[in-house]
Parts: sequence; C-alpha cells; structure tokens
Amino acid sequence: MTLADVVFGLLGVVCLGSAVLVVTTRNVIHAALWLVVCFGALAGCYLVLTAEFVAWVQVLIYIGAIVVLMLFGAMLTRAPIGRQQELDSGNRPVAALAGAATGGVLFVLVVAAFKGAYVDVHNAAVGDGKVIGTAVFRFFVLPFELASVLLLAALVGAVVLTRRDSNRIDAGR
Amino acid sequence: MHLSLALGLSALLFGIGVYGLLARRNAIAVLMAVELMLNAGNLDLVAFDAWWRDHLHSGQSFALFVVVIAAAEVGVGLAIVLSVFRLRETVAVDALTDLADRDPVVHAGADDVTVAP
Repeated sequence: MTLADVVFGLLGVVCLGSAVLVVTTRNVIHAALWLVVCFGALAGCYLVLTAEFVAWVQVLIYIGAIVVLMLFGAMLTRAPIGRQQELDSGNRPVAALAGAATGGVLFVLVVAAFKGAYVDVHNAAVGDGKVIGTAVFRFFVLPFELASVLLLAALVGAVVLTRRDSNRIDAGR
Repeated sequence: MHLSLALGLSALLFGIGVYGLLARRNAIAVLMAVELMLNAGNLDLVAFDAWWRDHLHSGQSFALFVVVIAAAEVGVGLAIVLSVFRLRETVAVDALTDLADRDPVVHAGADDVTVAP
C-alpha cells in the first residue's frame, strides 16, 4: 500500500460517489455539476497514472467544453430548475439490475485477471505534452487527421440539425 | 500502485453509466450517462498504458482520440435533442415512441397504425 494507492483510492471514492449522484439526482443542472466533480476526480486519477497531458485535456475538454455544452442544452430545452420527479423512467429496477450485473461481472473479471499486476508509477515515462505530442504526430498522424475530419463533419451536422429553416415539414404545418 | 485498483474503478464506473443510460428519462441525462461510460473506457486505456510502459504511448493517445469522439458525439447528440424539443416540446425519451415496433394485432383498431394490405 503505497502513497499512490491511497491517493488513487480516495480519488476513486470521490469519482464513484459523484457518478452515483449524476445518475440519481432529480435535477439536471445538479447532475451536470456532479459530472464536473466526477471528471475532476478522474483527471486526478490520470495524474496518479502519470498521464499528465490527458489529465489537462480532461479538464479543458470535458469540464470546460462538454459539461458546459450540456448545461446549455439543459437550459435550451427549458429543463425545470427545481426538483423534478419524472427525470427517471419506469424501468429503474431493471436498469439497476442491468447496471449492477454489468459492473459486477466486469469488476470480478478484471480484478481476478490482473490480481498481481503492479504499475511502477515512479519509474514510468511521464506522459507530458512533449511525449504525447511526439507519439501523436509520429505514430498516430493518420488517426489524428481522421479525428479532425470527424470533428468538422460533426460541427457541420450540428449546425444543419439546429438551423430553423431546415425543419421545412414543421414550418409547412 | 496496483493495476486492479484502476480497473475496478473503471468497471464500477461503467456499471453506473449503464444504470444511468437505462434509468434516465431526460435525453440530456442519458447523454451524461454515456459520458460516464466513455470515461470508464478512457481510464482503462490510461491504466494499461502506464502498466505496460508503452513506448508509443498508444493508450494515452487513444484516450485523446476518445475525448475527441466524445466531443463530436455530444455536439451532434445535443443538436438532435434540440430539434426534437423544437418539434415535440419534450425531451423525455420514453415519450418518443413513433418508431417503436408495436404489435399490429393489439393496435389494429387504432387509427394511427396503418396495417399493410
């Protein structure tokens, strides 16, 4: 039990607790804010695992962009700000069963499969910006370019989907 | 640190994401549960990268690609949710059942179901 184990365990408890609150709270805005806590704890986990650049990308993209986008979406769809009973659907017991089964099977499987595996975080090469930049632009150039094309396509698709005059059927009624 | 700590955390996070995906009614809350599941996968990628001491750092690079794809997914998903809200005034996923595969015998009398000749 080293210091890395203790720090990772505490961050994991914060992450799991806030993740449970994300899927159980009755307010969409509160769920988005708990998502910030969960992603922040996960960024700390990445730092413990020596993935420095991924941790900062997590903070910048996930917390800074994706959660803010979801807050915008919640407000544009006029989500009730107060408590809301009907946020959960009727299949909650079945969903709890499916979630517990998936999580339980995966947990038992991976913990049994990698029981003695040990990550030497002190002698690992820290994944800072220089190392990851070299890896991405030397070995993963083609996936990187494909990702940029995918982002452009998603951007154009989102603009086309949300344009008002693209819903001609609705306007003709 | 022990690898199974990271893998166990990732498995439990994925299970919570599965629960949220199935139990939520609001489409935006469903998208949040999908983000939890994507992050569980990311944690696995980073943990295996650190465990294997990969010289190519493929785990961390793939984690970055997953973040990019998640951003694209949320953008398009929220655009779909917004246009559904504009058409239907609701984002409850169990109210959007127009494409549901209903039994034609049960709903044969209803006039919104067209029975093929």
